[in-house]
Amino acid sequence: MKSTTEVGVLPKERAPQPRVKAGRSVREQGKATPWLFLAPYLVLFIGFVLLPIVFGAWISLHTWDYTMPVHPFVGLDNYIELMQPGSIAFENFWNSMKATGIFTLFSVPLLLTIPLAVALLMAKNFPGRNFFRAVYFAPYVLGVAVVAILWRYLLDSNIGLVNYYLGLLGLPDDIAWTTSTPAAWVALIGVTVWWTLGFNAVIYLAALQDIPAELYEAARMDGANGWNQFIHVTLPGLRPVLIFVTMITLIASANMFGQSYLMTQGGPGRETRTAIYQIAETGLRNFQMGSAAAMSYVLTLFLMVLSIILFWLFREKKESRK
Amino acid sequence: MNHPKRSVRSRLATATAIGAAAIMALTSCGGSGGQEAAQQEFTGEYTGPPVELSYWNGFTGGDGPFMKKMVKEFNAEHENITVKSNTMQWADFYQRLPAAVTAGEGPDVGVMHLDQLATNAARNVIVPVDDLAESLELTADDFSEEVWNAGVYKDARYGIPLDVHSLAMYYNTEHFKKAGIKEAPTDAESFEAALKKLEAAGYETPFWMPAKWPSHLMNLSLLWQNGGDPYNGDEAKATFDSEAGVKALEWQRSMVEKGYSPGDVAIDSQYVAFKNGKTSITWDGIWQINDLKASGLPFEAAPVPTIGSEDAVWANSHNFFLPRQASPDADKTNAAKVFIAWMSENSDEWAGAGMIPARESVRTSGVLDGTFQQPIAERIDTMRFLPAIPGIGAVQAETLEVAVGNAVLGKEEPKNALTEAAKKASTLMEENEAQFGN
Repeated sequence: MKSTTEVGVLPKERAPQPRVKAGRSVREQGKATPWLFLAPYLVLFIGFVLLPIVFGAWISLHTWDYTMPVHPFVGLDNYIELMQPGSIAFENFWNSMKATGIFTLFSVPLLLTIPLAVALLMAKNFPGRNFFRAVYFAPYVLGVAVVAILWRYLLDSNIGLVNYYLGLLGLPDDIAWTTSTPAAWVALIGVTVWWTLGFNAVIYLAALQDIPAELYEAARMDGANGWNQFIHVTLPGLRPVLIFVTMITLIASANMFGQSYLMTQGGPGRETRTAIYQIAETGLRNFQMGSAAAMSYVLTLFLMVLSIILFWLFREKKESRK
Repeated sequence: MNHPKRSVRSRLATATAIGAAAIMALTSCGGSGGQEAAQQEFTGEYTGPPVELSYWNGFTGGDGPFMKKMVKEFNAEHENITVKSNTMQWADFYQRLPAAVTAGEGPDVGVMHLDQLATNAARNVIVPVDDLAESLELTADDFSEEVWNAGVYKDARYGIPLDVHSLAMYYNTEHFKKAGIKEAPTDAESFEAALKKLEAAGYETPFWMPAKWPSHLMNLSLLWQNGGDPYNGDEAKATFDSEAGVKALEWQRSMVEKGYSPGDVAIDSQYVAFKNGKTSITWDGIWQINDLKASGLPFEAAPVPTIGSEDAVWANSHNFFLPRQASPDADKTNAAKVFIAWMSENSDEWAGAGMIPARESVRTSGVLDGTFQQPIAERIDTMRFLPAIPGIGAVQAETLEVAVGNAVLGKEEPKNALTEAAKKASTLMEENEAQFGN
């Protein structure tokens, strides 16, 4: 009872007390302190995450063009249109979801395994190790615009260096890397892997260094060879980090936009136009914020379901071991 | 005395930091007023207190330095007006302008493309400038009729044209000399004859057909040449799938099939190839003139040949406009009008940017003599502009551009691609009409 009456006047009322008992005062002030420490972030979180989520849901129920004076309420029409085969929004949106799906399906496994291999290599002791670590991480510091435009020219089917060198090696030199599928997917996924593998590798590397050396020693004593050590020591030791890396990679892949926007412009046709591309195009270029917001929520729903499945998968393994 | 006003603004700015979303909701609810701004009596000159005008444009290319120079000269000549330029990519410009104006933070004056005027007028982003045209005694006589009339939407004028810029045919003079071609081709036959001669001279792929920009502009030009029309604004229908359009696209694809162009020409690579002498002819906008000049390539520019039955070429125009103001300021509006009037009168300088001044009096004053765009400027009467239909740019990007790309890449038959795209475009145009009213 007492505490409820004091909520608003905490500092004033409690002020005299510290002088009596120092130890208690710390605990007493603790009630407001965490909130005060959280406040700066909380303001940002509410302003840029919570409010937009709620406001976005509100927008998705309207025909919302923010340059127009009226935003008619349309209920669930924006969502219904997305679910209605034959409508333009349906076709565009689900094609873009398919594009995002293809990209995610192929890029996530590659971005989980290749960086792990790189990290295992970089964890070894050899001359020039730091140099190679830097080499693998370097592309990650580049912006998406730099990466995409660089590769757009390298991969150009008629004047690009990639096809030129393929030709010198006697391989087909007329692959249309940016204007035909599936070559465009190979290009987009390849460039993304090249660009971001350094980030995942660094996280893996940090985790690898956290695995106690005694475990390896013990395993060796028990006669485990390199592969056994990897399966029974390295992988279990990486599990917590693996969940994190998988989630991060999955979300980053599902949010792919810049690469296809700049390298293929969604082409050929609309085939490499991803969901985020379609949402940006609908909402920011065509000013159909309502429809774009509805698309975002459908995409979010997909990502949430995927995340839950992932968490469940990782947890299942843990429990079955016990 | 100004303070109360200022504090409101600064409070608003703080609010923006907390939640841009909330602000959007606030301002867009009360955002329909402000038509009065441009309706103030315009006297032709500005004698009030010193003002600063923010001026938005998208001249980021070879045209930028010339615009800067003109603004500098204007500032030097006008003691009480200071124009501050804000230059950004056109793509960003068309996203930011409506947002800024809606939030009450728009510029005082700006330049946009002719085909965007109707869209922004319908969105209430820009206001009519009829009084300005009247007081400057600007009439269709001093402009080409097409460009002047295209600035009118719902019986009101929204833009004062600065220039016109069309597609042009660029050719490598060295290649032409080697192939023994004396004159720039002007029709379908001479064009193909030239391509054959170039091939014979060892230039295997003399004319690269792009799948992306500016392929749809080539398509529109050819469609007009075939006597077609891409859109019917009155009926909210896309008609680019007419026989004229199909024929245009089939011709584009035939350039690949006949081997004049390689397949799968990726974004911008036809232009890069031309700049590096890997191809002999390319059709692109006259705004590339300065870039090509700087590259040191031996080139010449000529009008796009008439492949169809009548002379026509796609063109666009940079137009001055006045944005809607949340709190109209008569001084600023008047100063902005003085700025537009001065820029229009002194647009001779703008020819240096590779553009064609829109005003006949300027155009024929000799400023174009000896320039690359001179032969193209002579054909100004054959230039065609997109009709003033709100939202047409977005519709075209979603439909025609995709269809042209697919057909040039050989993924779809031109007729099928266009028919399907036109159906989609018509649906989108109907939706737009419902939204913007007609």
